Amino acid sequence: METYSFLRTLADSWVLLALTLIFLCVIGFVFRPGARRAQKDAAESIFRNETRPAEDKTKEDR
Amino acid sequence: MWNYVKLIGLGGVALFAAIGANLARDPAYMVNALTVMLVAGGLFLWTLRRIDEPVPVVNANQYLDGPVRFGVVATVLWGVVGFLVGTFIAFQLAFPSLNLSDLTQGYLNFGKLRPLHTSAVIFAFGGNALIATSFYVVQRTSAARLWGGNAAWFVFWGYNLFIVLAATGYILGATQSKEYAEPEWYVDLWLTIVWLVYLAVFLGTIIKRREPHIYVANWFYLAFIVTIAMLHVVNNLSVPVSIWGSKSVQVFSGVQDAMVQWWYGHNAVGFFLTAGFLGMMYYFIPKQAERPVYSYKLSIIHFWALIFLYIWAGPHHLHYTALPEWAATLGMVFSIMLWMPSWGGMINGLMTLSGAWDKLRTDPIIRMMVVAVGFYGMATFEGPMMSIKSVNSLSHYTDWTIGHVHSGALGWNGMITFGALYYLTPRLWGRERLYSLSLVSWHFWLATIGIVLYASSMWVTGIMEGLMWREVDQNGFLVNAFADTVAAKFPMYVVRGLGGVLYLAGGIIMAWNLWATVARQPRAAAATIAVPAE
Repeated sequence: METYSFLRTLADSWVLLALTLIFLCVIGFVFRPGARRAQKDAAESIFRNETRPAEDKTKEDR
Repeated sequence: MWNYVKLIGLGGVALFAAIGANLARDPAYMVNALTVMLVAGGLFLWTLRRIDEPVPVVNANQYLDGPVRFGVVATVLWGVVGFLVGTFIAFQLAFPSLNLSDLTQGYLNFGKLRPLHTSAVIFAFGGNALIATSFYVVQRTSAARLWGGNAAWFVFWGYNLFIVLAATGYILGATQSKEYAEPEWYVDLWLTIVWLVYLAVFLGTIIKRREPHIYVANWFYLAFIVTIAMLHVVNNLSVPVSIWGSKSVQVFSGVQDAMVQWWYGHNAVGFFLTAGFLGMMYYFIPKQAERPVYSYKLSIIHFWALIFLYIWAGPHHLHYTALPEWAATLGMVFSIMLWMPSWGGMINGLMTLSGAWDKLRTDPIIRMMVVAVGFYGMATFEGPMMSIKSVNSLSHYTDWTIGHVHSGALGWNGMITFGALYYLTPRLWGRERLYSLSLVSWHFWLATIGIVLYASSMWVTGIMEGLMWREVDQNGFLVNAFADTVAAKFPMYVVRGLGGVLYLAGGIIMAWNLWATVARQPRAAAATIAVPAE
């Protein structure tokens, strides 16, 4: 029963805080400066390489 | 050398399964052991006959689409089977004589066929669709061939063997009585092996990708694969009574077992039926609309919010039970918070069409996908509402729940899968286009009307029976017996069955249309790939 009480208290205090902070950091990371170009590139990546895998060297070209 | 290892392994498995079939303590175990014996024996002969043939050279500059093609076929076939069984059990509820108890000695009654239906549509239809589309999407968005050589083939065949073992087991009585996790211990172990290989293939492909970024659809697919592995293992912790029998005993007991089961059960909804299918949405809708996703930022936020919130929502299945009050409240609060990311994702999917709304008129495939996203939004609004304790006290144990599940399953999972199948088939088989777009329209309307009939009749009957159960007279006595509610529900059960007939008819039309796409049209592209007329 002690384990239960300990874990319960831990879960709805520090762990809750930690998870919330991690979540907020993730959201903040999405809005980091310079992200727009990378995200645009990723969103359009589905229109590339439709028919066959990319060559190794194309990595540097792009 | 590898072939000899395979032969020894397959021979060993076939021998072990033969011993198991001989010593089996129950018919389900015996039939499953015989199935394994036949599969292992057949593979043994197949390997043996080809042992001296040269190994075909793998062209690393080509996508591995064979398992995807097989997955598409399996999805269509299992889908029709699952819809058929579902329609049949819907009529069993309306007309109990359809249980055919005298004829089949109870082997085909509702209790046996119901898990067959849920597993056929969720795991066989949905699972094959997820595996096939994830293999297709991860290759295109990573610009790399699937990792692991023939491991993808193992995943496809192994997963379908799991389905056959589970389905025959249900009919013969092997079940651990956990909803959506019915298969017994040895089938669970087999699925764990298949799933870890699936994870390895998917992750391996991502690791060797030639795109700098991991496209968002792959995040959803990866979350689906990883979380299902975790849920499956924890919820199926059990000790077999004998290795020669199917019966096992759960490690958890009482309310802990119930909580683990619904932690599993709701996250099966959240990560199998939502995250995985969102992966489909984020690839196939932009592709079919020929424009990138509306907001890539929103898709990332959608992903992380869903991941952080969904995992806590399970306790809302256990309101007003022995579960501690705080846990039920936690489940309720997180379920309500889930509404926001869900609708963010819905908006993202719908708005991808902004500037291309005219396609809704001309392209029945995109119409199907958009309706799927619409049902995603509806089901993810209804779900949080039903998780509120006071609403749940009315809706729980009634057919409202069944209606809710089906507007999500038929509307969201079914429709987005149909859209993906229509997208994939011409491309995978190198055909210029689908055989008939008007048949797609027929499918669309049959399915949509079927869902509307299903959901509306279940709302009516669910709320009605909930109200009848709680109705008391002025002395505080219950007014209605349970049998009164059953009698009152009959007309709605018939309407629900008819909705199922329409949905099934749409599925059969799709199967024929996809077959004709491949069989009745000439090959347009030479390779395994098709460049569509875009």
